[in-house]
Parts: sequence; C-alpha cells; structure tokens
Amino acid sequence: MFPELNNLLNTTPDQVEQGKLTLLCDAKTDGSFLVHHFLSFYLKANCKVCFVALIQSFSHYNIVGQKLGVSLTTARECGQLVFLEGLKSAVDVFFRPQEEPHPLQFLREANSGNLQPLYEFVQEALKPMDSGEAAWRCPVLLVDDLSVLLSLGVGAVAVLDFVHYCRATVCREWKGNVVALVHDSGDAEDEENDILLNGLGHQSHLILRAEGLATGFCKDVHGQPKGSS
Amino acid sequence: MLESLLALGGLVLLRDSVEWEGRSLLKALIKKSALCGEQVHILGCEVSEEEFREGFDSNINSRLVYHDLFRDPLNWSKTGEALPGGPLEALRALCRRTDPGPVTIALDSLSWLLLHLPCTTLCQTLHTLSRQDSCHGDSSPGEQVHVLGLLHEELHGPGPLGALSSLAQTEVTLSGALGQASAHILYRRPQQRPSHQTQWFSILPDFSLELQRGPPLESQPYPDPHTPSMDPTTHLTFNLRLSKKEREAKDSLTLPFQFSSEKQQALLCPGLGQPTSHIFYEPDAYDDLDQEDPDDDLDV
Repeated sequence: MFPELNNLLNTTPDQVEQGKLTLLCDAKTDGSFLVHHFLSFYLKANCKVCFVALIQSFSHYNIVGQKLGVSLTTARECGQLVFLEGLKSAVDVFFRPQEEPHPLQFLREANSGNLQPLYEFVQEALKPMDSGEAAWRCPVLLVDDLSVLLSLGVGAVAVLDFVHYCRATVCREWKGNVVALVHDSGDAEDEENDILLNGLGHQSHLILRAEGLATGFCKDVHGQPKGSS
Repeated sequence: MLESLLALGGLVLLRDSVEWEGRSLLKALIKKSALCGEQVHILGCEVSEEEFREGFDSNINSRLVYHDLFRDPLNWSKTGEALPGGPLEALRALCRRTDPGPVTIALDSLSWLLLHLPCTTLCQTLHTLSRQDSCHGDSSPGEQVHVLGLLHEELHGPGPLGALSSLAQTEVTLSGALGQASAHILYRRPQQRPSHQTQWFSILPDFSLELQRGPPLESQPYPDPHTPSMDPTTHLTFNLRLSKKEREAKDSLTLPFQFSSEKQQALLCPGLGQPTSHIFYEPDAYDDLDQEDPDDDLDV
C-alpha cells in the first residue's frame, strides 16, 4: 500500500472504515496502482478479501503485492483471500457442463443476461462463518475492473445491478467494503460506460479519480489524484 | 422555498447530478410534508431503510412508510423477502392505496425505475399516481397527492428526460458554485406561463432548509498590518513622469517615418551648394538597352 494515499484518505490498516463503496476511476492514465494499494491495504488490515480480477493474472498481482509487502499466495492458502482469476476461469466456462453455475456464466450466453452468478460467487466467498467467531475484521470485495464487463457484452444496467446487490449484502448487511475500478472514457463518447460511471458515482461514498496530467505524459509525474465524497 | 415546491401538487421532479446530489433536498421536502401532517410513502430503490431514515427524528419517522426495493429488487435471493411483482408492481400498489387524507409519495429514485422499466410504462404509471385526487370521487378537493421524484440527469438521454419533464408540475434542477448549492425551479401552473426562479440554499443536518443569498465570495487574504505598504514607484530605473520641458520636446519631435510637407520639400529640392547625386552606369555586353517605354501600350 502507498502511505501517501493513506494520509490523503486519513486512514490506516488499524482504523478501517466499514460499510463503504469506493469508486476508483482513471482518465488518460492507468489507475491500477489504486487497485494494488487497496488490495495490500485490506490484506494488511486483516480483512477477508474477495478479489474479482478480470484484467491480469494471479502472478501479476502477486508480484506487485510482494513489492507492497503482502503475499497473495499465503493469503489465499490461509483463506483470507478468495481470488477469481478471470483470464483463466473464462476458458473453464466453455469446458464444463452448462448446468453447473459459473461466476462468468454470462460469457456463454447469447444475449448477456445478468451477473447473478457472479454475485452468488461473491456472496459465497464473503459470507460470515457460522462458527460465530470472526477470524477476519470485515469482508471486502475488490473488482478490477468493471469497464471490461461492458466490453464483454454485459449491459451497464446489469453491472449496476451487480454492484447494487454487492452493496446491499457486503456493505449494508455485513458491514464490509466494496472497491471497484471503472475507466473514464473521456471524449470517446462511450454511452454505456458513462451510464456505469455516473450511476456508480451516485452510489459511492468515496470517489478516487486518477487523471493524466493536462500537459501530457511526463517521465516522473504521471498524473494527479482527486478525491471526492 | 419548500412550501412553494409543494404548493402545486402533482409531480415534483428533482434533477441532480453526481456533483450536486438531490437526496438531501428530497428528505427536506419529506420532512416538510410529514410536519404538515401528511403520510409519506417512500419507494426506496437506492439506499437501505436505515440509511434513509437517518437524520429524521422519531416524530417524522413514524409518518414514513418505507417500501424496500433496495435489499432484493430483482428477487435474486429467493428468500421471499422481495416485494412481490418487482418494481412495477410496487409502484402500481402505491397507486391503489386507499388511505384517506393527503399523502406524499417519494420515489428514490426515478432513475432506478427508468433504468429497469420501459419509459412509457413508467410515465403512464406516474401520470396515474400524480392524478389520484381526481380518481377518488369522494375525496375532498383540498386533498392533493404530492409525488416527489429524484432523477439523476446524467444517466438518461434527452428523450426520457423530456418525457418525465412534461409530466412534472414543478421541476428543480440542482447545481451550484463555490461549494454552495442552488436550485433552478420551473413552475408549471395551470393556464399560466411557466415561471422560473433560482434559489441558493443549504440543507442543515436535521434536513431543514436554509436560504442563502448567493455563492460565498472568494476569501480575500487579509493584508498583514505589521508590514508598511510600500510605494511601488520608488527605486525605478525609468521615468514614469515627464517634466514640462521634456513634454514640450517630446511633442515637437518629428518621427522618422512621418511624412510631413517639410520632409517632402527636403527630398524634392536638393539643398543649395550641395552637389546633386549622380548614377554612373557601364552597360554590359548582354544588356539590351531599349529606349522604348514598356508601358506605352497601356491604355491609361
């Protein structure tokens, strides 16, 4: 995690706000560093994390995580981290019987339905243990990222419904947090992405926006972060 | 401002954006209605009941009936807790309620309903909902139905926005400047021209409304009283002012490229005693000295 970002948000792994939806947004720059920050932050804060990783492989996140002081392999083995590796499991959808539900079931459907199977996967991963004693601080859902779902044929309303249900269950019922990254298409006039971004903007408690510099790309300074709640 | 928004009855459309949210104003209007003795039905799609009731005291909360479409709007949980029939049926059930007395119906939010229902169906249902005082034949003419709809402008195209706008008796568009919220209000009174009003306001933590005069002026940095104000014209390396003699000399100066009659005379007549200038030219072998004037054939 990046200590500067912790200072900006006035938070530390020991004092974690609960019940919040945080929207990460990037425009003309790569906002994935925010995803890596929150992944390592919540693992260090002893939260149970469900990471829906649709963009990179497990080893990529693991290598970056190690530089930030967390081992995803260890976290996964001890049950703290539930990792959905989108790149790998997307192929599994086509090689298993259709009756078995799969979180990325929508890839198989001709007209993209809803993300209910994905929501049920998250629900199963993060539901509180029946033993009564909480091993982890609070459940956290991390998604990298939601814009790729639009590229895969899911409608903006279906993605908003998925986040709605995650918010209702993870944030409201289980007092956990949801963090999701959405790209801002900017001038590209992507209507679906704009609906998704603005719809999530209304639902979020905190919006963290990473922007490229107005003057263009620079070797040492890549952008400027902006936060609003 | 709240009284005037509720005065006309019918549909009050609150158009907000991510930057200027409208839920606080919606809750302020709900509080106003509840304090007037009305029962308030809320169709809650975007926030949970606990979150919506936060900030209201128990007196207000007792008059609020929250229809929960937040927890399981699409019946994914299949626990039977979802409102039967989904969002459309929930909306139609509000039309069919038979409680006597004035009532306010708050839709939080119309955007959620518009994203999940066909626009025409939603508009027809809204029309029925906001015209209920004429549907119930035995209700007194003084009983009005207020329908408050929260709409997130950026989520919809001009078609649906225009359709909802045409149904509204009062339309409030939220914006602001320098951290101060403003409401641009459009009133559509029957048989009158629509009237506009802009009001700066802020919502207090208890959801009462405070009017403001305008955006706050940008804060001026106070001058430090200990440092004496310096005259910036001291210690200059150039003159800012001219003396009388310098001004006269300046005015009488002829500029080098200004063509005056004196200059013309000086150019045309050589000075007395000065030799006139000559040009000495030795023609080359290739020179063609043609005495004819090449412009002779011009008819000027």
